[in-house]
Amino acid sequence: MSRLAAAFAKGRPALVTFVTGGDPTPDATAAVLDALVEGGADVIELGMPFTDPMADGPAIQLANLRSLGAGTTTAAIFRIATEFRARHPQVPLVLMGYANPMTIRGGDWFAAECVKAGVDGVICVDIPPEEDPELGPALRGAGVSLIRLATPTTDAARLPAVLDGSSGFLYYVSVAGITGMQQAAQTSIDEAVARIKASATIPVAVGFGVRTPEQAAAIAKVADGVVVGSALVDLVAKHGANAAGPVKELTAALAAAVHSARKEIA
Amino acid sequence: MSVETISQTPNSFRNQPDERGHFGQFGGRYVAETLMPLILELEREYIAAKADPAFKAEFDDLLEHYVGRPSPLYFAPRLTEELGGAQVWFKRDELNHTGAHKINNCIGQILLAMRMGKTRIIAETGAGQHGVATATVCARFGLPCVIFMGATDVARQAPNVFRMKLLGAEVVPVTAGAGTLKDAMNEALRDWVANVHNTFYIIGTAAGPHPYPEMVRDFQSVIGKEARAQMLERTGRLPDVLVAAIGGGSNAIGLFHPFLDDASVKMLGVEAAGHGLDKEHAASLAGGRPGILHGNKTYLLQDEDGQIIEGHSISAGLDYPGIGPEHSWLKEIGRVDYTSVTDKEALDAFQLLCRTEGIIPALEPAHAIAAVQKLAPTMGKDQIILANLCGRGDKDIFSVAEHLGVSL
Repeated sequence: MSRLAAAFAKGRPALVTFVTGGDPTPDATAAVLDALVEGGADVIELGMPFTDPMADGPAIQLANLRSLGAGTTTAAIFRIATEFRARHPQVPLVLMGYANPMTIRGGDWFAAECVKAGVDGVICVDIPPEEDPELGPALRGAGVSLIRLATPTTDAARLPAVLDGSSGFLYYVSVAGITGMQQAAQTSIDEAVARIKASATIPVAVGFGVRTPEQAAAIAKVADGVVVGSALVDLVAKHGANAAGPVKELTAALAAAVHSARKEIA
Repeated sequence: MSVETISQTPNSFRNQPDERGHFGQFGGRYVAETLMPLILELEREYIAAKADPAFKAEFDDLLEHYVGRPSPLYFAPRLTEELGGAQVWFKRDELNHTGAHKINNCIGQILLAMRMGKTRIIAETGAGQHGVATATVCARFGLPCVIFMGATDVARQAPNVFRMKLLGAEVVPVTAGAGTLKDAMNEALRDWVANVHNTFYIIGTAAGPHPYPEMVRDFQSVIGKEARAQMLERTGRLPDVLVAAIGGGSNAIGLFHPFLDDASVKMLGVEAAGHGLDKEHAASLAGGRPGILHGNKTYLLQDEDGQIIEGHSISAGLDYPGIGPEHSWLKEIGRVDYTSVTDKEALDAFQLLCRTEGIIPALEPAHAIAAVQKLAPTMGKDQIILANLCGRGDKDIFSVAEHLGVSL
């Protein structure tokens, strides 16, 4: 069983956490990633910084700028990933970012680097299924999961195209909007997840606007996973090189809420 | 021309893009999933609108009676004499309502927005010309309008900011990044993602996700269609060379496209070389390489990791690190030549046109004029250069005065 599949096969919902790689510096990221693992995150998303993060809200925009300002390169991201894999052989690691840094040396190059660094999956915000040839075949050929996004605007007619060629999990973006802003109404999330799970054979994780353990628990009642990003990135912004402690604390609270969400029902 | 080039020459240069929005390897639809359904709906609506005589009739009527088309085709006698070579002619799109070619596209897009039932308009702007044109059509049709403009540009284009506000638009200063056009476009895309249900994004240049590059080109092609007919009527022949400035490239593609299959007509696109190609500039074709930004694959100014580098030009309208994808394709297949001129050359050409023809051009077409200045003396007096005078210079007099060391 792949690391990603195992993370969603623990008999309880998974906590997926995002931080921007290289924020506040490339050297400081390892401690933040370790804090996520120690806090109980099941899947780690490592953001690749980009100068023009047009799907992100202010928190992650600023994280991208801090990271690039500290000199984070693509090589540095893969170094962070490689070292993470050495420290945590079993924890799935996913790179998330934008098309240009991922494709500038060619999809095959990027996929090969992912394999070398022990990266399990890739989320590319601005490559929809229509432009799949850019990265999809290279990733699938290398055995790296291409994790696609579905959104409230992804209707039933379009969902099969989004799922086709996806693996690892499906990332359901709960609001039509950018990261870190408002949260969707819980009823709309419940309906959407039920609809998607009816056609998806892979786990469905829900993110965008999820900040608190209470919100995460409510989503975990229906979804296979809950993604939290901006709230953690805010802690890195506030505490800088000393962010590991607060990050671990929030992650632990989120993990407890997500992992036990369905027990409360029972 | 090499054998290889000949074998790759298509039957027509005017049938791009393909059904997936690709111009060769360029173009495409690189957007977040939230926008994809809307982009597909826009494409369907645009195809339907193109086939609808009522849509075309309304577009043509507004261009004639509201914009003031056709714009004149003008022979520039004193500039021609001064340069001592080819005859220089101008397509006078600076005489349009709002003072630039931008309005042509805005008329087309707002008609499409209303056809789609959208009730709110957003746009990005650099120099403010597209913002003013968008605010204008929104006022004309009574739709609320939000313009995203880099904070740096808000500061250096105060008159246009005031114009937009007079026209009823909300101007949102964007502080992210360097606070220029690319950051304004990022912010407009963020707004659009959050408001897809009721909002239409009027992109100002022939770039962005398909169908924008095609759609903006089609709306701007009125420039080239008119110019071609006017030139034939006035001189009985086609021009030898077309010249146009390029930021995103909408005025250039609008002039070039109707001539692309006229084999005798050469074309020259002029990018902004800023302080020089070895320094800060905005010449994506000369100094960039293919990459993905703002929904399309095209030539971009970027570093080896694909991080985008800020463009620089004296002209805020050319200050963009990318270029429309059709230009990238036309460069790659060799149908259009591209060159670049520096801030200083553009500033000199700006003054030359003022002095010789009594026309104050915008700094954007001043780049085209600078290229004409170099080209005309190398050509015979029986030859014709047609340049696109795509905007007037009223908006630029403050920054030109500053560069010339004059305090107003």
